[in-house]
Amino acid sequence: MGLEIVTESSSKNANVVAECLRSWNPKAVVEVLEFRGETTVVVPRELLRATAERCREDAQLQYNLLTDATCVDRYPNEPRFEMNYHLVSIPRREKVRLRVWLGGNDAVVDSLVPVWPGANWLEREIFDLFGIRFSGHPDLRRILLPDDWEGHPLRRDYPVEGYRDVPNTGELFRKSSTP
Amino acid sequence: MTTVETAVGTAKTMVLNMGPQHPSTHGVLRILLELDGETVVKAVPDLGYLHTGIEKSCEDKTYSQVITLTDRMDYLNPLGNNLVYCLAVEKLLGLEVPKRAQYIRVMMVELQRISSHLVWLGTHAIDLGAMSVFLYCFREREEILKIFELFTGQRMMTSYIRIGGLALDPPAGWRQPVERFLKMMPSRVDEYETLLTENRIWIGRTKGVGYISAEDAIALSMTGPTLRAAGVAYDNRKVFPYSSYEEFNFDVPTRTESDCYARYLVRVAEMRESLKIIRQAFGKISNEGPIKAEAPGIIPPQREKMKTEMEALIYHFKIFTEGFSPAPGEVFVTVESPRGELGCFIASDGSPKPLRVHFRGPSYINLQALPKLIEGQLIADVIACIGTIDIVLGEVDR
Repeated sequence: MGLEIVTESSSKNANVVAECLRSWNPKAVVEVLEFRGETTVVVPRELLRATAERCREDAQLQYNLLTDATCVDRYPNEPRFEMNYHLVSIPRREKVRLRVWLGGNDAVVDSLVPVWPGANWLEREIFDLFGIRFSGHPDLRRILLPDDWEGHPLRRDYPVEGYRDVPNTGELFRKSSTP
Repeated sequence: MTTVETAVGTAKTMVLNMGPQHPSTHGVLRILLELDGETVVKAVPDLGYLHTGIEKSCEDKTYSQVITLTDRMDYLNPLGNNLVYCLAVEKLLGLEVPKRAQYIRVMMVELQRISSHLVWLGTHAIDLGAMSVFLYCFREREEILKIFELFTGQRMMTSYIRIGGLALDPPAGWRQPVERFLKMMPSRVDEYETLLTENRIWIGRTKGVGYISAEDAIALSMTGPTLRAAGVAYDNRKVFPYSSYEEFNFDVPTRTESDCYARYLVRVAEMRESLKIIRQAFGKISNEGPIKAEAPGIIPPQREKMKTEMEALIYHFKIFTEGFSPAPGEVFVTVESPRGELGCFIASDGSPKPLRVHFRGPSYINLQALPKLIEGQLIADVIACIGTIDIVLGEVDR
């Protein structure tokens, strides 16, 4: 069992990203985390779109591909939502993760569609399954679940086996089980 | 979901509903097409018919139990799905997998890549009117499925790749069928090319159809053969090597035309490259050696040991009742699936069940580019464009 927490190249990349972003705007980097050779840059919510744009445009960073965006629900902790954006720089062969924390009562963040059009469906999926709203998104609708679905199933306070007593999951069950 | 009523056309255009049971949507994809005569003005894909909540189900499973769910996402690439999940858990644990297991993994996922490309080629060709290619492709795919059955006991939902290694040692006599396949396959790929590459109808239906520029493809997060056909040599096996891919000698085929024909050429060339990799892996796999990492408490002990050693029995009991608990943290691992970049994100909170498992399905993200490919094109090209992206709806909807 070989545990390697930080590899040399990745911590070098972390420094490059952090320095680049700090020299652009000192407020853009809240924290830089390293885990298993992966770099995470925690960004304040207001600066997400600007930072993402910077990551794409900066000649030293060149993160041109938004490969994935996803959310983690840390319920019952606050702030409960952790948005993760995974960026890849094809020319530099490096990855980085941008992270934004969102509170449960105010789960709104800027959409990245103006920066990467590919963020469209990724954000719709997160809206659908977590209920996070993306301001500036051109077409924020549910994508995987029906439009009349209630709740957001990937939230941790939504039971894995679903609700049996709410419409559209339990209606049929209830009707058939009552005499 | 989008209804036909909300997508009414103008006085000049009409709205046509395609799917979700249309055979050439390769599953249950529904597309609303706004047509002006035969030209597509607007296309709105409608997904979710196959949504099974796999990511939610993962919340209530231990790390080892999730593996069987991964098979069922991209059902043309179950071994690749197993691999990406296991690589992610191994990264989370900091687990080193023995070389022999890594080479067998490489061989299996490359066989899987060929079989997936065969299904793609066969169905794409049948969509465009070439029936016989389909039959030929499925003939060879059958050979691959037989090899999978021999190795794993299953033809499709293999669950063969496990955390820390493999489920089983390769069976006795496994080299013979693989060798036979390696001997047979190159001439079979030539056969498909004879049928299609110079075929005037095939060229007419695919050349210049479904163009997307490299900049647009990257902006839309496209990966895999669709991106490589636009001239970007982005392949996870080369860029971020995993499972010892850095030891293998192979090329990344690219084209620059970025149309359906170029994507066809890229995928056929990829089959040949995969054969090269399989041949190398075949030579690298030794006859003896471990197929699982040494990690008591994570990898189930051997049956014999459980009968003689107290610790082995305890570990076995703990693994199958409680599971194991990786350190808290997040990892994101990507591999090259036949369709593009397949990613797995795992967040651990230090408990035996993952806090969050997320799969970045290349089908889902590549499908996003479909409107871009077909808007302004003819309705007959819609089918060619759906085929050329190579989607698997099980992965799109998860």
